Amino acid sequence: MTRLQINGEVRNADVPADMPLLWVLRDVLGLTGTKFGCGIGQCGACTVHLGGKPARSCLLPVGLIGEREVTTIEGVGATLAGAKVQKAWLGVEVIQCGYCQSGQIMSAAALLAGTPNPDDSDIDAAMAGNLCRCGTYLRIRDAIKRAAASR
Amino acid sequence: MKGLSQRGAVARYVVIAIAVIVVVAVIGVLWIVLGPGPMDFAGGKTVALAGYHGPDPTGVPPALVQASVVERGEYLSHAADCQSCHTVQDGVPFAGGRAFVLPIGTLYSTNITPDKQTGIGAYSDADFLRAVHRGIRRDGARLYPGMPYDAYTYMTDADALAIKAYLFSLAPVSASAPSNTLVFPFNQRWLLSAWFLLFSPDRRFEPNTGHSPQWNRGAYLAEALGHCGECHTPRNLFEALNNRRKFAGEVQSGWRAYNVTTDSGSGIGGWTDDELTRYIWAGHADGRGTASGPMGEAVDLSLAHLAPDDVAAIVTYERTVPAIATPDLPAVKATPAPASHKQGVPEAFEPRGKQIFEGACVSCHDWTGVSPLTSWATLIGARAVNDPTATNVAQIVIAGTVRLTPHGPVFMPAFGAAYSDLEIATVANYVIARFGSKPSAISAEKVAKLRKQGAE
Amino acid sequence: MEIIPARSIVPGEVADPSRREILKAGLAAGGALLLGFHVPLGEGRATQSHTSTHEFAPNAFIRIDRQGQITLIMPQVEMGQGVYTSVPMILAEELDAAFDQVALEAAPPNDALYGNPVFHIQVTGNSNSIRAFWIPLRKAGAGARVMLVEAAAQMWGVDPAGCRTNNSEVFHEASGRRLPYAALVDRAAKLTPPQDAPLKSVADFKLIGKPLKRLDTPDKAKGTALYGIDMLPEGVKFATLAACPVFGGRVGHVDDRVAKIIPGVRQIVVLDDLVAVVGDHTWAAKQGLDALNITWSEGPNARVTQADVWNQIRAASQREGVVAKTLGDAEKGLAQGDRMDADYELPFLAHAPMEPMNCTVHVRPDACEVWVGSQVVSRAQAIAAKVTGLPLEKVIVHNQLIGGGFGRRLEVDGVEKSARIAKEVDSPVKVVWSREEDVQHDLYRPVYHDRMTATLSSGRIVGWRHRIAGSAVIARWLPPAFQHGIDIDAVDSAVDMPYDIPNLRVEYVRDEPPAVPTGFWRGVGPNNNVFAIESFMDELAKKAGRDPIEFRRSMLDKTPRLKAALELVAGKAGWGRPLPPRNGRGVAVQPSFGSYIATVAEVEVDRSGEVSVRRIVTAVDTGIVVNPDTVVAQLQGGLIFGLTAAFYGEVTIDRGRIQQSNFHDYRMLRIDEVPAIEVHIIQSGEAPGGIGETGVTASLPAVRNAIFAATGIPLRRMPIDRDVLAERKSV
Ligand code: FES
Ligand code: FES
Repeated sequence: MTRLQINGEVRNADVPADMPLLWVLRDVLGLTGTKFGCGIGQCGACTVHLGGKPARSCLLPVGLIGEREVTTIEGVGATLAGAKVQKAWLGVEVIQCGYCQSGQIMSAAALLAGTPNPDDSDIDAAMAGNLCRCGTYLRIRDAIKRAAASR
Repeated sequence: MKGLSQRGAVARYVVIAIAVIVVVAVIGVLWIVLGPGPMDFAGGKTVALAGYHGPDPTGVPPALVQASVVERGEYLSHAADCQSCHTVQDGVPFAGGRAFVLPIGTLYSTNITPDKQTGIGAYSDADFLRAVHRGIRRDGARLYPGMPYDAYTYMTDADALAIKAYLFSLAPVSASAPSNTLVFPFNQRWLLSAWFLLFSPDRRFEPNTGHSPQWNRGAYLAEALGHCGECHTPRNLFEALNNRRKFAGEVQSGWRAYNVTTDSGSGIGGWTDDELTRYIWAGHADGRGTASGPMGEAVDLSLAHLAPDDVAAIVTYERTVPAIATPDLPAVKATPAPASHKQGVPEAFEPRGKQIFEGACVSCHDWTGVSPLTSWATLIGARAVNDPTATNVAQIVIAGTVRLTPHGPVFMPAFGAAYSDLEIATVANYVIARFGSKPSAISAEKVAKLRKQGAE
Repeated sequence: MEIIPARSIVPGEVADPSRREILKAGLAAGGALLLGFHVPLGEGRATQSHTSTHEFAPNAFIRIDRQGQITLIMPQVEMGQGVYTSVPMILAEELDAAFDQVALEAAPPNDALYGNPVFHIQVTGNSNSIRAFWIPLRKAGAGARVMLVEAAAQMWGVDPAGCRTNNSEVFHEASGRRLPYAALVDRAAKLTPPQDAPLKSVADFKLIGKPLKRLDTPDKAKGTALYGIDMLPEGVKFATLAACPVFGGRVGHVDDRVAKIIPGVRQIVVLDDLVAVVGDHTWAAKQGLDALNITWSEGPNARVTQADVWNQIRAASQREGVVAKTLGDAEKGLAQGDRMDADYELPFLAHAPMEPMNCTVHVRPDACEVWVGSQVVSRAQAIAAKVTGLPLEKVIVHNQLIGGGFGRRLEVDGVEKSARIAKEVDSPVKVVWSREEDVQHDLYRPVYHDRMTATLSSGRIVGWRHRIAGSAVIARWLPPAFQHGIDIDAVDSAVDMPYDIPNLRVEYVRDEPPAVPTGFWRGVGPNNNVFAIESFMDELAKKAGRDPIEFRRSMLDKTPRLKAALELVAGKAGWGRPLPPRNGRGVAVQPSFGSYIATVAEVEVDRSGEVSVRRIVTAVDTGIVVNPDTVVAQLQGGLIFGLTAAFYGEVTIDRGRIQQSNFHDYRMLRIDEVPAIEVHIIQSGEAPGGIGETGVTASLPAVRNAIFAATGIPLRRMPIDRDVLAERKSV
């Protein structure tokens, strides 16, 4: 039995230790907001926060999480940066199909938590690992700036 | 008149000069040819195996002594790492066909399943021993020294025949390897006889009474079976191992096999026994990086299958190899890079490399080089990112890697197909500038060459 | 003389405003006004059987209940293009409804009721959601409004002419009385719907043209929106599959000894052409699949390589094609003046939507349920019925949000495979494709080869021949539309070329590539034709010694909307302003999908051949704009989608297998590679055009022409080959 702290709750899952967190979230715990896009760390759709830092859940064996707190898209709105980002996302109307956006929002929230006033190069550095096939990149950039400017 | 005598003098000098050159050349060749054997560095006194009083350094670990000959052969075949060379990617094990791209052409490994026509099914015990110890095929032709018979020659008959028994227990596969494509004169197999005479001693392992039984076991495993020197020992003019520089590092198949002498800066002198043991056994030790490429394969197919005592024996043996410094390899940087992308590397340094890194690499390796996912993907402390030739960093970007770890498979995708030579060069330089102790300047042209050498 | 082949069904054709949709109304059992209309289609007069005054068809387009909630039963699917907002806006506008009282319900599969008025089947594609429903929905909204007014007037005993509506209420001007729609539905339901209720004039629009916030996005930002891949019906098991890597190959032998003992693996399903592993979670399924030792019987395609594909289509393009359009005398035109020939090529492309292919199916002896995000929901139902042998009405399809369609989900191969797997499993099973499987078993954007020939006389084009060779996707996907050997999609934007050229011929050579299945891909036929035409235009302009914009402009008198867009973009992009060396601007124009678009890209090509796009400016006349923010978003997204294709898009085949597999070798543009994009919308009173695909078709030629301007190198194929652009490698 693996004990996980997810979005402030303790969740237990009877899963093998080598199972990536992504599938534990989606298939076992029913937290489907975290998405599967590539399984090889190249798209960012599966991004969660691990101890506040962004991590690709598709490559993260649950057995290695230990005591670190996991935050997913379902819970990120409870953080200051997450709430700001979600609001700015709707304000700028970033989202198209939306499939990549859980990961985008998680990456952006982690960025803002660590770098409250990011410049363009900070945004590139934090967001370039998140693919969006619909091409919402320009609005993502705008929304991050708007979220940074909001109080 | 004067002219003539002058000419005579010149002729004399030429003769003398030629003579000097010849003598020097002969001495040089002799110096090379009469170079030490792989275990000569150890000093001490060797005795015939039969006359050795300690525990038998050959054969299988104690737990397997009672096992069937096929089981013993399986263990030994792992220790001798037969499978990796004799299997194509995703192919049937031991069915051969793997390509080795050399500057002189391409060699293909052969089918060693017991198929009568295309494999070794028709080999008698004597045939098999002749091939393993002396590099002679059943039809009498010489094998290229790609087959490490200069190492296997130290294997006991019993161990070689156990391997044969194991191979013969497998299902025969009908598969003919493509023909080698070596250029002249290397396509002349008869030349190999001369090579064999000069460089393959054709003698079995002899224990060294000046060292512990554990050391002797380690020597047998590392030399007769594991053939570590085939990659890690530099080669001489004739492509034979130069044991004067034993384990000092060499480039093989486009990958750099690093210095594994006891030198503390460029070798493994600074590693703890525990780190060394883990690295040999698992291909990874925290803070020392993760083996990939040929070494990753050697671990997965060979070293990981060894008994713990056998790994410890190899460590003991390796600890006695004399230190040789590799001047171009700086000491490894052990501290993480800054968490901010803005620090660590000057902004103007390989901006395109940074761009590729932030898109394709950061999510696993982080800006610090310490992976948020698994220590196996941590770059800090790895020799490859502290190698200013950037060889292995470029190779792993091109070819990727898959490693089996205690917490499941860990892999890096092969970026070679979709990223240009220039992109790979620039990202390799960025990575080394960010995480290594000395910057690199690998070029697109060099990457193009590495692609070819690494392609199999 | 102009010959246009008979086109009984033309995807992309704007819905005919004069077509008679029959509006029907009734009262729902729970007490709600139901309104439906349908377009008489011959076959599809379907609502009749369900219709009675009190028990109105449960399937209808619009439902207004006693609480005032207005529900649009939405036949179009949301895959990011914003139709869940823009389509109800059209209804709300004519209905004078409060937009926050409008809700959506995904329509169940039923071609007769919910068929796209253009395609006659339930399909979301070809950038036509707005175009197809523009008139029908307005008529429905206007009709409902008239009925509600009539009902109020009856209750008040006043003349309806004295009533007006706003914000879901009816007002009587003279008496100041007002009633909400909610209070009027019962009475309104008894009225006969008017068939020709007057539509608002553009000037009176209150909602249309406003940048309204999208309705589907808040849930997406919270992670609570559900896509097909998120379905977890009670008792669901998880599966992943491997189809034969060689197209057309079969399963030979499967050794499952290791796979079976992996914890969590429940079942191994071996079918003809694929193997699936079913497990307690996707991880078990994936590990099980990896542990299988499968021998494939690869079949004849195992020898096909990419060189075969190119050789075949190049040979095909040597043949004369079927004439798709002719104007004047092309032969004569081509015999005059200076002749120029150029061949252009485009590669195979995979769709790679961010949501990998997936489908959840529960097959029971007497019924079947399917959860999927499909662009063709009725086809999804039909294929599941076929696989299971159940009658249509026993197959329930729950259509979900789509995590990227781009044409991939116009196909139901995924539903078909999943249903076949589910037949072997006695619980619901969610089948999820790995990304590798998704990339390697797509229906690919076809390779194209375009042979262009033109003649110039006094700086003008006098003769033009465009021969298109490529797969006929239409012939497979919508056979009735494939007539006279012409794929109307493959020649789209070539037969309706905007330039005024006196002698012209467009030919089509059908060439089906060996082994590789083909399908629609965002931008469809125009991707190819706009690229070939606009690239060639630049080369012709150069030959004629004329500026690319001025050259085009001189031939656009008969297409004033496009000419206006071109003029606007030239100004906005600063056309003609000097640029540093190895920088260039390129233009491309297109009248595709009913929209008129002109685009200028600005690029820099460095000495090693790396191309950076600095800026893209686009001007569009897409007719009346329903939701301008959506139009801008679609253009931005489409342009970026096209840039990915221009930079990295290429799928190749070797030994019958697709060589690319995931995002490390099938690259996508990332945020740090995206240029600034400016979109300028031209005010227009024309019927709305399509917008979702237009950016894609614009990017490639605009960037290609900018590279041409920067380097003088005329690229003739995509993606961009950086080696060709490198200024000479060091030796
Ligand atoms: S699914 Fe994890 S990075 Fe793509
Ligand atoms: S919004 Fe569709 S993939 Fe990003």
